[in-house]
Amino acid sequence: MEILQIAVITLVKILIVVTLMLLTVSYLVYFERKISAWAQNRVGPNRVGPAGLLQPFADVFKLLLKEDIVPFAATKSIHTLAPMLALFVAFTTYAVIPIGPSVEIFGYKVDLVVADVNMGILYILALTSVGVYAITFSGWSSGSKYSLLGGVRSSAQMISYEISMGFSIAGVLLFAESLRPVAIVNAQSGLMWNAFVQPIGFITFVVAAFAETNRLPFDLPEAEPELVGGYHTEYSSMKFAGFFLAEYANMIIASAMIITLYLGGWQVPYIEKLGLPDYAVVLIQVTAFFVKMGVLLFFIIWVRWSLPRFRYDQLMDLGWKVMFPLSLLNLIWVAILIMIMN
Amino acid sequence: MLVEYIPLFLVIAFAIVFAFGTVFSSKIFGPQRPNPEKLSTYESGVQPVGTTHERMSVKYYLVAMLFIIFDLEVIFVYPWAVQFKKLYLDPSVGTTAFYAMLIFLVVFEIGYLYVYKKGGFKWD
Repeated sequence: MEILQIAVITLVKILIVVTLMLLTVSYLVYFERKISAWAQNRVGPNRVGPAGLLQPFADVFKLLLKEDIVPFAATKSIHTLAPMLALFVAFTTYAVIPIGPSVEIFGYKVDLVVADVNMGILYILALTSVGVYAITFSGWSSGSKYSLLGGVRSSAQMISYEISMGFSIAGVLLFAESLRPVAIVNAQSGLMWNAFVQPIGFITFVVAAFAETNRLPFDLPEAEPELVGGYHTEYSSMKFAGFFLAEYANMIIASAMIITLYLGGWQVPYIEKLGLPDYAVVLIQVTAFFVKMGVLLFFIIWVRWSLPRFRYDQLMDLGWKVMFPLSLLNLIWVAILIMIMN
Repeated sequence: MLVEYIPLFLVIAFAIVFAFGTVFSSKIFGPQRPNPEKLSTYESGVQPVGTTHERMSVKYYLVAMLFIIFDLEVIFVYPWAVQFKKLYLDPSVGTTAFYAMLIFLVVFEIGYLYVYKKGGFKWD
């Protein structure tokens, strides 16, 4: 009986979160195009619906009605598997990210997280590693040179930055004493946000997150001027849409991760001192989470239109010679900080 | 204990269905009119030359090997990180918890410096 209840509540949560994510992704694409237009002194999408607001739906229907082309040279099974893997990763990682504290709805205690598990951080790390396969498979199986180069570059880049990402997270774990995302957020009450306590770890994590999501200045896998479309050159129709969706969903997850690990999650400093009723506090906290996310997403797009792309050797140098030692340094710094504080 | 993993399995099942559905929906809605020109791979408008399954530079594999070595160290650090505060506050362990990890990291850094000196981080 209890299991059935959990299953029903979880399914409702999954539906809500996935719908929210799909809507956010569509409008993220719209806002990215609007912001890039603004950065380049253009107008951007303005034809479909008022101010172009229906553009995302037009794009989706266009992709849905396109022919699905699989080239002769491609290895068909892996070619089909790759976008599925990308989507799978993008739509599983959200499960452990908490967007608010637990609340009581109709007498049930509901956590505002899909799965509150004790190994949440390991779950995210494991899945992001699977994400590398999606890109490597798509590059290898397409039978196109551009795809292959994009896939090779991308896998080398992602695994290089995964190490500094792993060590930065270890710094967060030192404070939280748990791998449970909810515990990590709770450990950052007041102004004890990890971004302030361990700024070096924050910076290395943010840089690694950019590299992991293949966003500019780390978008070498799909550097348009040299590699056409990179690993998804040979993809069309919904398979292309799958990669596109996964890329933007990964942006959302990356910013949610940055918020959970470093920016205090849903927490608003000292809100409990204002003496507001419980439901208002929860409402403000959930809103705070989404506001933080909006700011970070804007930051990611802003960086895209402000920084030029790295050269391949610069990117690898940064990953192995700068980020990696810095994240180690951060780990030692946090350990010393804990010893001083106790 | 295991009950808290049920939502995760549901999420994974949902994601698999979603991924299949998205990728195969174009088979239903999209047209299928293949021709040889359309099915050739893109190569700036000329006939594709040779195959793609050729040998890659060994440096690429070196990155993969270095990744495996260093990423394993990360996994060794995690259990320590989770337990560190408890170990430090335990009078029978104290600062040993810190120095033990420091020695581990120093040994690890010697390996890193060796790879550095050997030119393992030169990509050109």
